[in-house]
Amino acid sequence: MISKIFSDFGKFILWLPKVFSRPENFKMYWKEISRQMNDIGIGSFIIVFLIAIFIGAVTAIQFAYQMGGTLIPRYYIGYIVRDMTIIEMAPTISCLVLSGKVGSNIAAEIGGMRQKEHIDAMEIMGVNTSSYLVMPKIIAALIVIPLLVCVAAIVSIIGAYIASVPTGMFSSAEFVQGLRSWFEGYNVFIMFVKSIVFAFILTSVSCYQGYFVKGGSIELGKASTQAVVSGNILILIADYVIALVLTV
Amino acid sequence: MIRIEQIRKSFGDVEVLKGLDFTFEKGKTNLIIGKSGAGKTVLLKLLVGLLTPTSGKIWYDNVNFTELDHEAVRKIRMDVGMLFQGSALFDSMTVEENIRFPMDMFTKKTEKEKKDRVNYCLEIVNLEGVNDKYPSETSGGMQKRVGIARAIVLEPKYLFCDEPNSGLDPTTSIVIDGLIASITKENNITTVINTHDMNSVMEIGENIVLLNEGKIGWQGSKEEVLKSESDLLHDFIFASPFLQKLKDHVI
Repeated sequence: MISKIFSDFGKFILWLPKVFSRPENFKMYWKEISRQMNDIGIGSFIIVFLIAIFIGAVTAIQFAYQMGGTLIPRYYIGYIVRDMTIIEMAPTISCLVLSGKVGSNIAAEIGGMRQKEHIDAMEIMGVNTSSYLVMPKIIAALIVIPLLVCVAAIVSIIGAYIASVPTGMFSSAEFVQGLRSWFEGYNVFIMFVKSIVFAFILTSVSCYQGYFVKGGSIELGKASTQAVVSGNILILIADYVIALVLTV
Repeated sequence: MIRIEQIRKSFGDVEVLKGLDFTFEKGKTNLIIGKSGAGKTVLLKLLVGLLTPTSGKIWYDNVNFTELDHEAVRKIRMDVGMLFQGSALFDSMTVEENIRFPMDMFTKKTEKEKKDRVNYCLEIVNLEGVNDKYPSETSGGMQKRVGIARAIVLEPKYLFCDEPNSGLDPTTSIVIDGLIASITKENNITTVINTHDMNSVMEIGENIVLLNEGKIGWQGSKEEVLKSESDLLHDFIFASPFLQKLKDHVI
């Protein structure tokens, strides 16, 4: 188990230079990047939107519950929801969900191409398949996922507002006052760092799992699952490391 | 011309190819035949560089293919076309997009030139008017023909075909064989076909190599098949009782 982790890690690192080698044809790569941006970005918008709105709503309600009967001013809830969403919830939860949706999809797509000899066919044509099939996905994810996370953060705060203000938990003015208190632009920077790192992890790990799949449909299923599991674990580890590096 | 010298290939402790020497000649349809597990597919994959030999050399004309770096291999591959057993057409692309993919990737032709070339290749394989269909909307035989069209779109010097007739009815098989043979002749290219279809052997086998347990069991042309006294060849070619009777009748 441990030796497999190290062997996979070594293989992954040695594979990256091939992935990021010079494209044969920039136009074709750009076309592929655009397609991937659409698949990853537009294709994941609804799920990210739904999750974000509920995360915001639940965060607001539960903090209101926990602070009930204390001397902490109620507008603090707006402040807590905002910072929690920006620093942690929007990037981490969104990317964990995207790892499940996008990651498994990428692993299955590339693994299917491997099994149907599409990758061999491209190699024989002279295409650097590591680059053509993987780099556009990674670049598309690096562009689109931070934008999705940004949307998730905004939607989450709106979700918190919708869940708490109309239900009378606190007033609109209190919520807005909280949102506007002690804003640190640095937290937005942390959000973007996290979303970029997570985007790289979830796409590259999934591509790796799909690209090197061997065997039949059972192995393809396993690779797809492995892509999600490994992606999620690595995202959580990276989350911890980034938190440590950027906030301590 | 492609020449192999003392090619060996092992997977773990199992040696699949045991020192092969053979020349695949230019302008001819070169056939690799043999029973399942004889090493045909391994040899074809070695020839196109999808596998690397344990030892030995592969010469593409005067270039030692086995000693080239990744970049040089990719350049040689611009001159290579391959028809896969399952056609390996990209499902998400139309027939036209499949055929023009190598042109889009490697040439600076105009849209009109690409379109004309696609139509010309489709005409060669007798498939005009299917440009906008997806592979899933075409039959197995049509997919093979699209595969051939894609393989020849960049005017390759070397054409490889892995079991071109597998899964096809005899009539369609003859059409596919005829297409490959005529493309080989008209373009004077080196064609290597991996097959166990006996019709192909007798129809288009100009230079045949029979693999048996990783070694060359017999080599010759279709004309020499009936004259040969090799038991190995005869056991393979006339494997069924019907063909045995036919052979006795003909010979």
